[in-house]
Amino acid sequence: MPQTKAEPYPDAFIKGLWRENPVFVMLLGMCPVLAVSNTVLNALSMGLAATFVLVMSCALVSLLRRFIPKQVRIATFIIIIATFVTMVDFAIQAISLDVYNALGAFIALIVVNCIILGRAEAYASKNDPVRAVIDAAGMGLGFTLALLCLGSVRELLGFGTFLGFNVFGPHFEGWSVLILPPGGFFTLGCWLLLISWMNKRKARLAESEAA
Amino acid sequence: MPTTESLPEIFLNACLINNFVLSMFLGICPFLGVSGKFETATRMGMAVMFVMLVSSVCASGINWLLIRVGAEYLRLICYIAVIASAVQLVEMFLKKFSPALFRALGIFLPLITTNCAILGVALFQTQKGYDLIQCIVYALGAGAGFTLALTIMAGLRESLELADVPDVVKGTALTLMVAGILSLAFMGFQGLSG
Amino acid sequence: MSSDVRPGEPAVSSIKMIRTLAGVAVISGFLIVLTVKATEARIETNKREALEAAVFAVLPGATTQATFELRDGAFVRVDSPTPGFDRVYAGYGPDGELVGVAIEAAGMGYAGTVRALYGYDPETQTVVGLQVLESLETPGLGDRIGKDPAFLANFEQLDVSLNEAGDALANPITLVKAGEKTEMWEVEGISGATISSTAVASMLDARSAEILPLVMRHLDELKEAR
Repeated sequence: MPQTKAEPYPDAFIKGLWRENPVFVMLLGMCPVLAVSNTVLNALSMGLAATFVLVMSCALVSLLRRFIPKQVRIATFIIIIATFVTMVDFAIQAISLDVYNALGAFIALIVVNCIILGRAEAYASKNDPVRAVIDAAGMGLGFTLALLCLGSVRELLGFGTFLGFNVFGPHFEGWSVLILPPGGFFTLGCWLLLISWMNKRKARLAESEAA
Repeated sequence: MPTTESLPEIFLNACLINNFVLSMFLGICPFLGVSGKFETATRMGMAVMFVMLVSSVCASGINWLLIRVGAEYLRLICYIAVIASAVQLVEMFLKKFSPALFRALGIFLPLITTNCAILGVALFQTQKGYDLIQCIVYALGAGAGFTLALTIMAGLRESLELADVPDVVKGTALTLMVAGILSLAFMGFQGLSG
Repeated sequence: MSSDVRPGEPAVSSIKMIRTLAGVAVISGFLIVLTVKATEARIETNKREALEAAVFAVLPGATTQATFELRDGAFVRVDSPTPGFDRVYAGYGPDGELVGVAIEAAGMGYAGTVRALYGYDPETQTVVGLQVLESLETPGLGDRIGKDPAFLANFEQLDVSLNEAGDALANPITLVKAGEKTEMWEVEGISGATISSTAVASMLDARSAEILPLVMRHLDELKEAR
């Protein structure tokens, strides 16, 4: 995508939320999206952890962008990202062991989340720190939003709860398959279906208006 | 805590019961990206399996070293560095000694660095406390499972090419639905461990 | 830091590359050590609290606890556990009397390893509580081993008394179908989660047969250590 220096700040933020949503549109970072979206709390923690890593790494990459030789940039980026992931890993352990156990190895796996390396390479290494941070925050929140979309559907239908609160009353029989691995694929598939249907519909409407 | 699993159990566990792609969601990106053609899927699977084996052995060594020095908190950084260098080494080695294989696998090798299944193997083997032999078996199982999932998916997608599906379903949505059904089928293997 | 590297320079020497990497490594090392130092105490507290909560949950009446490690056939009191040693957690009541011993057990369930902590009362030689620490069992089916009140009630008074020689269980813990429990050492399974319930019963049986003779032999050490 073309990067112009004059991209306005609000635009840098908003595009990550919807138009270039990393999960629904660019199909990046699918592994954690599918794996830890079985409850809203997990989804939220994962989203925020990834957002933190994304913002911090992009800020540092952008600050150092003039000092990093082209040949070793990927290695440098990975070291920077791994540093922040290790920090998040310890921070989550200090905040709540329950969340840490629920997310398991997926916190460490944020390192290989392609969204982060992708944004560092495609945006932060070419833009000033303020823009890089805004862009990273937008992308991170877009990622969190996508996780929440999946998490709420799966928790509501699978356990009949939302953030642990019972929604459907005591007699609701949970739809277990949605909590299990296949449920992740199905739910994400349905969301993508919905989005592609909406896009098609919009395109059709625009066409008929033009005609 | 040392594990009590026997070697065949570890292999089955990594390959079928907790298949890396279909029940642990690791390596989804190549799974969606490279599963279009059967031929490429097989090669990608092989490359991943090979790198998994190399990096698993290296990670096992690094972990032993880190525990001796008492610097476990550097584990993640060391692992990712080891994997990146392992991929580089494998690439150079293949280029020199087996150009034919290099041509077949070449383009996939750089992609593998950011494949979370590789880091996943290294992290999970540490978490489970496997020794060197167990690590090797675990990496082989995980690689075989990855290849299996990738090739099955590729076969399905090749057939789907000819199917007449509604316009709106085409693309990733359809692939995910198929993957969901496949994952449902793989859940049947869970009873094996009982 | 390699502040003299000018951007856009066509050929970057390897010294500069190494200098950049080293600089980044120094920054990252600094940040990581900072975080580790800042969170260390908190993580330690969290882990201890989680363990204590689990120990108190399986040993009703306990208010303090101590960790013991099995070294050369004897229980040694330790402050922080060393990996590689088998350990038990002794729970004491308000007056310092030994309420019971919490023991960890692990076994293969339906989908993976199940780890559980159970409380053992040496006085009555029964299991007095069980908590599942870790399981990958199917949500809604197998994971009921950790939630189902009727199933957990099995472990509030489960007979694990030793035989006369004191080297094995008098009666092995066995699993029976729901509603068919007649003996004190039988565990009623959950219908629909037979494999998971069997796993719990058999890991309890194996672990008890292994460690309870030792606990009984060294009971005085565990009592006095308080």
